[in-house]
This record gives sequence, C-alpha cells and structure tokens, in this order.
Amino acid sequence: MSAPATPPAATTASTTGRILPNRLQSPLARALRSWEALLLVVFVLVFAINSFASPYFLNAWNLSDATFNFTEKAMIAFAMAMLIIAGEIDLSVASIIALASTAMGLAMTAGAGVPVLVLVGLGTGLLCGVVNGVLVARMGLPSIVVTIGTMSLFRGISYIILGDQAFTGYPKGFGYFGQGYVWWVFSFELVLFAVLAVAFYLLLHKSTFGRAVYAIGNNATAAQFSGIRVARVRFLLFLLTGLMSGVAAVCLTSRLGSTRPSIATGMELEVVTMVVLGGISILGGSGTIPGVVLAALIMGLVTFGFGLLNVPGIVMSIFLGLLLISVIAVPRLLRRK
Amino acid sequence: MSILKSREAQLALAIAILTAGIALRFPAFVTPANLAGVFNDTSPLMILAIGQMIVILTKCIDLSVAANLALCGMVAALMNGAGVPLALIVPAVVALGAALGAVNGLLVWKVGIPSIVVTLGTMTIYRGTIFLMTAGKWVNAHQMTAEFKALPRASLLGLPVMSWVAIALILLFALVMTRTALGRAFFAVGGNPHAAVYTGIDVGRTQCAAFVLSGALAGLVGYLWVARYAVAYVDIAGGFELDVVAACVIGGISIAGGVGSVGGAVLGAIFLGVIKNALPVIGISPFWQMAISGIAILLAVAFNASQSRVKGRIILKPAEA
Repeated sequence: MSAPATPPAATTASTTGRILPNRLQSPLARALRSWEALLLVVFVLVFAINSFASPYFLNAWNLSDATFNFTEKAMIAFAMAMLIIAGEIDLSVASIIALASTAMGLAMTAGAGVPVLVLVGLGTGLLCGVVNGVLVARMGLPSIVVTIGTMSLFRGISYIILGDQAFTGYPKGFGYFGQGYVWWVFSFELVLFAVLAVAFYLLLHKSTFGRAVYAIGNNATAAQFSGIRVARVRFLLFLLTGLMSGVAAVCLTSRLGSTRPSIATGMELEVVTMVVLGGISILGGSGTIPGVVLAALIMGLVTFGFGLLNVPGIVMSIFLGLLLISVIAVPRLLRRK
Repeated sequence: MSILKSREAQLALAIAILTAGIALRFPAFVTPANLAGVFNDTSPLMILAIGQMIVILTKCIDLSVAANLALCGMVAALMNGAGVPLALIVPAVVALGAALGAVNGLLVWKVGIPSIVVTLGTMTIYRGTIFLMTAGKWVNAHQMTAEFKALPRASLLGLPVMSWVAIALILLFALVMTRTALGRAFFAVGGNPHAAVYTGIDVGRTQCAAFVLSGALAGLVGYLWVARYAVAYVDIAGGFELDVVAACVIGGISIAGGVGSVGGAVLGAIFLGVIKNALPVIGISPFWQMAISGIAILLAVAFNASQSRVKGRIILKPAEA
C-alpha cells in the first residue's frame, strides 16, 4: 500500500553534525517539481500544438469563444476542489443546475424580471446545497451515496415539472450573463471566472477557513480535537458548491436561452475530472486552486482545438478520460522506480 | 423475530407491501405473468448489481459498468453481423467484459489510482470506443440474425432464458460469496484491509478480481441487452451505472465496504424494478421515476446508517451536569 519509509535527508545530515535545513528543497526547486508546473508545461504544449494544427486558433475572438467550454464547469470546480480536499464529493452539481434552471424557468413564466431570475437561480442552488449539507454534515451519511441520491432527486424534480417540454423565451436582459461582453473579447463569464478564481484562491490558501478544509481532509478527528467545527465547515462547503452550481446555472441558462430537464447532463463527471486533473487528491487533503485553473484552461483548449479540427465530442471525451488516468498514473509509475 | 432484523427480510417485506398496495387498486399487476415480466425486465439490473456489490465490498466502485455493457453489446452485434456463431459470441463478450474489468482492476491494483477516478476515466473511454468502432452508426434489428435475437427471449419452463440466466447467476454468486475462499476474501478486504493482509490476502489482487467479475457480468448483460432490445448504439444503457449503484445502496451494501450480500443486491434491484414497472400501471408519468429512485436511495442510506450506528460512550460530561 504505502511506499516503504526512507529516512529523510535531514536525519543523515544531523548525524554528521551539520545544521538541519528548514526546508529539504529550495522553494524554487519545489515549485518547479510541482504538479502545477507540469500542468503549465502541458498547457503550453497544447497551446503550441493547437496553433500549428489550425490557422483559426490564434484569433482573439476564437480564443474568447473557447473560454465558454470551461468557464461554467470551472466555477463549480473551484467549490468542488475545496469539497474534495475536505474529503467529500458532490456528484449532484449537474442536477442542481437542472433544478435551478427549471426554477428560473418557472419564475420567468410567472413574469419575473432579470434580478429575480438570478436570485431564484442562486437561491435554488443554495437550497440544494443545504439539502446535501444537512444529509452529509448533520446526519453523517456518506457524501458519495447521498449525492448520487440527490443527483437523481434534483434532476427528477425537473423532469416532473418539465417532462419533455422546455422553457424558452427568457427576457432579453437575461442573455447578458452567458452572452454578454464586459470589454472587448472578455465575456462576462470569463471575467466572473477570473474573479472567482482569485476569491477561491484567497479563501482556500489565505484564510483560516481554507486551513480548516485541509486539516479536515488530512485528519478529520484531529481537526475536531484541535477545535475546528468539522460538521459546520463541511456544511458550508456543500452550501458553497450548491451556490456555485446556481451561478453556473444562471450562466448556462442565459447562454443557451432555454431550459430542458436534460440540461448539463454528465457535467458532474467533467467537473470532477477537471478537479482531479488540477492535482487535487481524490482522497482529500491536498491540491491547489491554481492547479484547477490550469486544468480548466487545458480542458478548454483541448476541447476547442479538437473542435476546430472537426473531431466529434465523444472522441474528445475519450481523450479527456485518457488524460485523467494518465496524468495520475504516470507520476505514480515514475515515482516507483 | 430475529429474522426481521436482517436487511434482506426488511427489504423483502417492503417490496411485498409495495406490491400489495399496488395490487389493491390494480390486481392485474400481481398476476404471475406480469410479475414474471417484472422479474425478467429487472434481470440485467440484478446481474450488474451482484457484480457492483462485490466491487463495493472491497471498498471500490465501478462506474464503468454501463459503458462496458454498451461496448460488449456493440461488439456482440458486430460479431453477429460478421457471421460469427452465437456459441462463440457469448463467451467472447464475457471475456471482453472481463478484460475491460481487468483494465480497471489493474489500474487500481498495480498503479494505485482510486477506483472512482479510474472508472470515471474508463467509462468515457469505453463508450467513446463504441463511437470509434461504428462512427456513431446503429446496428438495427434487421441487421441481426434471428438466432441472435431469440436466445434471451426463448421460453424455458415458462420463463425467458434471460430470467434463468439471472437466477443461475444469483445462485452461483450466493455460493461463491458464502462458501469459497475468494468470496470471504472480498468481505475481508473491505471489512479490514490491514487485517486481511495479515491473514495472507492480497488486497489489490482481490480488488482486481472483483473488477474482473463485475466486468464479465457486464459483458454478458451487454449481449442480453442488445439481443433483447434488438438494437445497439453508442448510448445504450446510458447512466445505468447509477441505477446499479442505487440497487446496491437500497440493498444495504455499505459504501464503506465489507457489508452486503447477494440477496440484498438482488432485492435492491427488484425494488427499483417494481417501482419502474408499477408507475405506468398506476398512471403516474414515467418522468416521476428519477425523483422516486432518488428518494429511495436517500431513505435507504439514512436507514443503513441508523442501523449500523454504534453508540459511543460519553467520557467528558458537560460542565453544567
């Protein structure tokens, strides 16, 4: 199971009477050998290959279009990353999008304006997060099963409401969230993605809440005994994931301009793939937001590049599946030698 | 009374009450012919739930079963189209399913990647492979030989062959799980991996064996599915892996590993099968099915937890007391 313990370099150094180093590697060497550095190399490679493969790739507007491939998924992936670091998972995110989108559709048919629509979308997401949070954090049920259940329940409610129908005809101003541009080629979604990336970076890496998330993921019992309110942190993380799914629902519904109960089917798997590709350990306890950002960019570029080459979507999904397994397998196999 | 404490008895009782409730208003639902039809319709779910149960027992999860099923089903249809005799097709797709399961198992065992990541990846790869083989084309009923389509539906002693296959596999795996060293090893690995190592069980190899079994069953169901519905395309059984996991959870199989039984998995599948088949009878739109099975999963997992919760002793009393 675990690798045989090798004596750390510091122990041998101390026996020969030298000073114990504070760090075994310089920060720069560590950064260069990190997962994020590897992702950066992959990103540059994908970018370069794409530029050679298609003459249409290096165009500001085309690249801007490409960002829609990942922005909505990445918004959820930030929250999902924190959830997975804390040792939990939420497979219901795509179903939350369906339910939130359906709720917005209902509000629209009741004559709600744009601000109300957005609030309904975010509120529904938050409510779904509360349901998951209560079941997992308060009742202590395993998150993977609970969210498989709520995944079926949330989308099931959408199917009950909509059946084989669809909501269309959202008000004109509502289109801004998924189709509008803040400035030049920078879409609202792209700007929101960047803002959220910074916000989640600060939350996970620069706040006590973030430290608590890592502590829980590494050892929940020890975290409890060191005074972290484990159940509350877990509950808040589910709330946050629900809320971000609501945000993604607003953007996606606005971009598509319609709601069907099958909206965003299978997106939970793409979000989890993005998070794991970003170097978040599925077992919890480690990973960073910059890793997730890079993974989002890589997945977006790969999808876009394949799209320019007229590769069908399902072939891209094979590639992403292979990418997911190989990025985890290759370092593990290399480390073994 | 102790028999009522077993999960299987409670679930059987729940299914009986559910069926009786439907029968009160719709007596036609409980005619032997209709119940046999429900059983036959649920056979693929039962067979896959047995495989999934074994994987979950060893603390893993196999999300690639439905994709494996679809790929093996398509291969069966293509082999049939190429004139391969049925006697060769069935063993071939079982072997292919086992091989695809072994890919999952080896990645878990030899590379040490968590099973959820492995099967999330192979799920898209296996389904994508169908597209690569067929370019998205369907294999339709008229492209299949009569013999190929007839086998699962052929009647034997009043039941279709597909039902008999399910019954045979239920009995076989009930024996394997309770009467063989391999069967006990699955429980040992999930119940306490460290203790399993000390008793001489190779944890990784046992997990790999579970994936191979789950894959082989998926391969077999792949043929049965394609032959019964007489169509093969990329998206058959899409999302079916969740039904399979749901059947296991409802059947009392603990997602933490080590707890479960063949009977539980089968009854969990039958529970979902009865609901699915009853909805059109009692006049509820099939669109309700998803939400109902979601609620069933949540109730089952809450019930599992309430039964297995060990009461801890309070050693630090509150200050006021």
